[in-house]
Amino acid sequence: MDLVTPGIGLIFWQTVTFLAVILILGKFVWRPIMNALKAREGSIEEALRAAELAREEMEKLHADNEKLMAEARVERDQVIKDASVLASKMREEAREEANKITQKMIDDARHTIQLEKQAAINEIRNQVAEFSLQISEKILRRNLENESQQKALIEEYLKDMKLN
Amino acid sequence: MRIYVLGIALWLSGLFPVLAAEDHGEAFNPGEMINHHIQDSHFWHFWDGPYGTMPLPVILYSTDRGIEVFSSFKFYDEHHQLVPWQGYQIEHGHIIPLEEGRTVIDFSITKNVAAMFLSVILLFGVFFSVRKGYDRNAGKPPKGIQSFFEPIILFIRDEVAIPNIGSKYEKYLPYLLSIFFFIWFNNMLGLFPGAANVTGNIAVTLTLAVFTFIITQINANKYYWQHIFNTPGVPWWLKIPIPIMPVVELIGVFTKPFSLTVRLFANITAGHIIILSLFSLIFIFESIWVGPLSVLFAIFMNFLELFVALLQAFIFTILSAMYFGAAVEEHHHDEGLEQKVV
Repeated sequence: MDLVTPGIGLIFWQTVTFLAVILILGKFVWRPIMNALKAREGSIEEALRAAELAREEMEKLHADNEKLMAEARVERDQVIKDASVLASKMREEAREEANKITQKMIDDARHTIQLEKQAAINEIRNQVAEFSLQISEKILRRNLENESQQKALIEEYLKDMKLN
Repeated sequence: MRIYVLGIALWLSGLFPVLAAEDHGEAFNPGEMINHHIQDSHFWHFWDGPYGTMPLPVILYSTDRGIEVFSSFKFYDEHHQLVPWQGYQIEHGHIIPLEEGRTVIDFSITKNVAAMFLSVILLFGVFFSVRKGYDRNAGKPPKGIQSFFEPIILFIRDEVAIPNIGSKYEKYLPYLLSIFFFIWFNNMLGLFPGAANVTGNIAVTLTLAVFTFIITQINANKYYWQHIFNTPGVPWWLKIPIPIMPVVELIGVFTKPFSLTVRLFANITAGHIIILSLFSLIFIFESIWVGPLSVLFAIFMNFLELFVALLQAFIFTILSAMYFGAAVEEHHHDEGLEQKVV
């Protein structure tokens, strides 16, 4: 029966001791620990949120970069296309120009040749005329000597004045 | 590492003083031996023979003599026999005045009180150093002893206080943590050889239960009282004219602390009784061959008691949290939930 009969003395000391435990541990241990835990949880949450934010920022930057890159690529393609168009145009123009110049040079050459030819022909004609006059003169000088000799002479002169 | 081995050796050595203690020549009485070991005492007995017993201060209060303080060794003479001292004598562990008609209240620092003081010193030492860890590693992961106790503290907060009490848990958390660690530490210390059976004493468990009871009643809101005196969801004829339900509910208010008292007391005491009974078998059979078997079973029981020590502290704490939760709950939406609490 002693076992289940609570003693007054023990109840008294237990009450005093446990009150002290609750008050002292409560004030100096549990409260500070609770606050520290809460602060730490808060800071961890904060850090996680910051990390998430940074990740999103990174993603956005990445997306921006992608966009910039795409734009740059499009621009580059445009530039290349423009350049190639310009180049082909310039080539075309150059060719045309060259053609034109060439044509003109050919024409000029042809014209010159024509002129030269004419001049040459005129010259020849003059020479022939001169030769003819000289021959005629020589023939006339030597004539009457010999009919055959005259003929041979004419032949000879004619050979000399071959148009070359 | 060495300190663990030492601790386990010390703990196991608790088995041996019992083996040695009972060799007096007279007939062995296991009931008496067990009672002696699980009950409070004015002496702290470690082993028989010289220096095996520690005297404890006796503090008495009586209306005619006031407060009297003296060593409990005054009740022993030089032949180690119990003798009266200053009109008092010890009978079956109680201090009784010799004069007829005198009453005295015993506020002595008994073995249980002394053991409780030691446990509280240990409790303070441990948890002040835990708190120091929070100052030192503010915002950083816990270290050392702090990292051992932090999961337990978090468990009490997240699994015991918050689910049972709800948003107002912070007010009750210091109490729940105090009661959990107080009971656990005392349960564990009670397993040491020569230690007192603090949480296996009904006065201690009663006091703890009364703390929970008082906190519950002080903080109870109107829904709690309405639930007791005008239980919702119950037919009216159970309340008027004979108030069966209110009476049942009111009894329930008092059975809760009663069950807390008896549960902790009985669990801890039963464990001690079983271990002591196992050792008594050796002396009942008076055979050394029973020894190894008894020791084997006692070791097993000791391990079981380590678990029970934690479990009972947890149960006491979670039930306290449930009672607080029922007292501060704002609205009663689910009757089934209320039944579970009882």
